[in-house]
Amino acid sequence: MKSQRAVALLLVLILPLGFAGIWRLQHGIDSQLAAVSQERDDVLLRSGKLVKWMSLEYSPLLADIYWTRVVQYYGNKHVRRQANLEMLWPLLDVTTTLDPNLVVAYRFGAMFLSQAPPAGAGRPDQAVELIRRGIQANPDYWRLYEDLGFVYYFDLKDYQKASEAFLEGSKKPDALVWMKVMAAKIAAEGESFSTSMFLWNDIYESSSDPLIKKNALQRLELLKAQEDCKQLNALADEYAKRNGRRPARMSDLVQAGLLRGVPADPEGFAYVFGEDGKAEINLDSPLLEQQLLLERLNKAVPR
Amino acid sequence: MSGFAIEIENLTKEYPFGFLHLKKKTSLEGLNMQVEMGEVFGFIGPNGAGKSTTIKLLMRLIFPTAGSARILGRPISDVEMHKDIGYLPEQPYFYDYLTAAEVLDYFARFHDLRAGDRKERVERMLKKVGLETARKIQLRKYSKGMLQRVGLAQAILHDPKLVILDEPMSGLDPVGRREVRDIILELKREGKTVMFSTHILSDAEALCDRVGVIVGGKLRGVGAPGQLVDMKTQGMEILFALTGASDEPLLAKAMKTGEYYRLQVAEGELYVAIEQLRGTGARILSVTQVKATLEEFFMNLVEADRAQAAAVEVSGK
Amino acid sequence: MKRVGIVALNTFREAVRDRVLYNLVFFALLMMLAAVVVGQISIGIEESVIVSLGLSAISVIGLLISVFIGVALVSKEMEKRTLYALLAKPVRRWEFLLGKFGGLVLTLAVNTAAMAAGLFLVMLYVKHSLQREDAVVLVAVYFIWLKLALIVALALMFSCFTTPLLAILFTAGLYIVGLYVQELRNLPVDVMSPATAAFTKWLSYLLPNFENFNVMAMAAHGRAVPGTLILQNTLYVVIYCAIVLTGAAAVFSRKNLK
Ligand SMILES: Nc1ncnc2c1ncn2[C@@H]1O[C@H](COP(=O)(O)OP(=O)(O)OP(=O)(O)O)[C@@H](O)[C@H]1O
Ligand SMILES: [Mg+2]
Repeated sequence: MKSQRAVALLLVLILPLGFAGIWRLQHGIDSQLAAVSQERDDVLLRSGKLVKWMSLEYSPLLADIYWTRVVQYYGNKHVRRQANLEMLWPLLDVTTTLDPNLVVAYRFGAMFLSQAPPAGAGRPDQAVELIRRGIQANPDYWRLYEDLGFVYYFDLKDYQKASEAFLEGSKKPDALVWMKVMAAKIAAEGESFSTSMFLWNDIYESSSDPLIKKNALQRLELLKAQEDCKQLNALADEYAKRNGRRPARMSDLVQAGLLRGVPADPEGFAYVFGEDGKAEINLDSPLLEQQLLLERLNKAVPR
Repeated sequence: MSGFAIEIENLTKEYPFGFLHLKKKTSLEGLNMQVEMGEVFGFIGPNGAGKSTTIKLLMRLIFPTAGSARILGRPISDVEMHKDIGYLPEQPYFYDYLTAAEVLDYFARFHDLRAGDRKERVERMLKKVGLETARKIQLRKYSKGMLQRVGLAQAILHDPKLVILDEPMSGLDPVGRREVRDIILELKREGKTVMFSTHILSDAEALCDRVGVIVGGKLRGVGAPGQLVDMKTQGMEILFALTGASDEPLLAKAMKTGEYYRLQVAEGELYVAIEQLRGTGARILSVTQVKATLEEFFMNLVEADRAQAAAVEVSGK
Repeated sequence: MKRVGIVALNTFREAVRDRVLYNLVFFALLMMLAAVVVGQISIGIEESVIVSLGLSAISVIGLLISVFIGVALVSKEMEKRTLYALLAKPVRRWEFLLGKFGGLVLTLAVNTAAMAAGLFLVMLYVKHSLQREDAVVLVAVYFIWLKLALIVALALMFSCFTTPLLAILFTAGLYIVGLYVQELRNLPVDVMSPATAAFTKWLSYLLPNFENFNVMAMAAHGRAVPGTLILQNTLYVVIYCAIVLTGAAAVFSRKNLK
């Protein structure tokens, strides 16, 4: 029939042409939108109380949605290696106000906040505040004390407070025994390789989030590398005592019988001796970048 | 100009049904029929015969499985042809938020009429179908018969050449039916073609030049109402009253209605029967001819169809 | 085209006579008044709360109208068989469909305009005067209207395919998906297989993207919306509606009425 053929023709024409147009337009609109608002991750309502008031009985659901936004926001920034994470705190604030019992929000939120850029926002003070809020709402959940101790230990280097946090947490029901051990050890030694290893390892083991696992693994590797360097320096001192001069390269140690082979960092790059004669991470190793960033931050944040 | 107002060729409609629409029910089977210009055509059949199906196919409300049709010489897919036809749906229903005048005005707008012309026509139609007093009432407050009248008005509003009415009398009181009859006859006088469906045979007999009888989706006969049935006398009926008791065997065949008896006999046996009745002392009141009606023709067809269906069912087991 | 107009005007008349509509608009205005109260209790964000809450109210009410009435537009006429008499007039089915669409879009325009007027009154009450930046609120309202037109088209198309209830679900579902299309594209690529990533990306450019029309944050902070974006969004809706309505017409033209 004539009219039917016309309709079919129209369909065949309009659909591909139309969708091609839509495709092009969408790209145009995207770039326009990107241009007008550099910060599209705007939190429309920054007041958690207001959001909660408006969410009726659905505030836990809304909290989940906000939490998803947090993860997405963090994930996006992380992937693009952008250090600007200023929206993280308002998002977390709204999330935890909406649902004070959403413990993941405190735990991971604190981690996102406390770590040095680019891994996190570099705001351990906010992380502490967040966890303290979480503890207030969930006083029996020992993992939050672990997180608090963690932030004090690694990011604020406040070993006194870290030890207290671990001790407090160890008194909670279900707390694992090592919490008490950790409290004593940190109180006695401050920062030590084995404590740091243990804590990061615990993060690595207890988390299922790939991003967090990856981060913990990097930290573990870096710790390992730093420890290796310390050992290598001790060997170099030994070499200097025997030969009267410091080793120029790793192979010197091997030839002297102090090492069986040239050692490599966890990423597989051989360690080297720097200009000052100290053992260092290889320039090609991805771990170096990590270490430099950490050092820069430690200099910037007053102890 | 083609001589036919409607030409239907092999029109077939199957409705899928059952799980996943795998089975098919044939509602109309290879219908071939013509309606001539200027005639009043009655389309009769029992419930579920396929009358509305045919009309809806003509109006392109549903689409045929096979076959085609032409109206006023044009294929039914031609929308312009609708300028010259009017249609009354079965159990019509209109926008219930409008008044009768508004709904008619709305429909009139689709036919290129000037505003003044439109207004005048709407008024005339409301008067014609007897709704002038109810013209300002929203249709949701209308009764069934009143809606039927609105439907009729919108079908003839634009002075169409062909009017197709699906059960125009249904839901109407005796006065209303009378008015619809008059409207149909008036349309005929104006030279319009009218096709209407009904299962009320007296209406068809009284109005139609020709009728088509459809039963079970198949056309069973087309022709003038008189042509379809054998018009020769089928017998004589004697109406009488009894004055006393009697054991005349003929009386056993008579039927008693009220105080009177009716007796049907063949034409040739009339006088013998009268003689016998007189012997019993009966008072004869009247003698009338008995003719077969469209009704009987129709009933016979329906009976035959049922019997056939039953036979199919039995053999199918 | 004339016939399309006749159907559209009648659709508009139907909406005007429907009391539900007034109740909804009244509700929206009530929400804006509530915004004044909320604005007063929260310090510093008074104006932006009024704008964002007001725009949200316009959007939500508009959504309700366009989804529910959009689906009912054609399905109700089929259900009640009011369509029968109409289609016997010299009207093509696509003309009817387009008229219905036009009528509801017109209704929505009047509705949104009424609610926007209410919003401006509230803004005037709070700020005592309107500045030039406040024109961006007008743009935001225009974008909401564009979005609603697209939703009506989708609702209409779904109602041609399926039952009203399912059509409502599909329309609402597609709307929600359309809000997160952007997120689809921004997902960290390394968590997906390349095939899924390519597919979601591809899809994210073709699905109706309702985030395009979201300039609420900009409106709340009085930042201007560039003219190009207005033009692009207008074109986007025109093309998308053309696609969707063509599809709907193709289906509806072959549909057997009950
Ligand atoms: N939408 C449908 N789906 C399935 N079958 C249908 C449908 N519409 C009609 N039928 C069937 O088609 C047959 C013919 O129906 P139709 O409405 O044409 O009858 P009719 O002659 O108009 O009867 P009535 O005098 O009751 O109006 C019926 O058996 C009916 O069951
Ligand atoms: Mg019927």
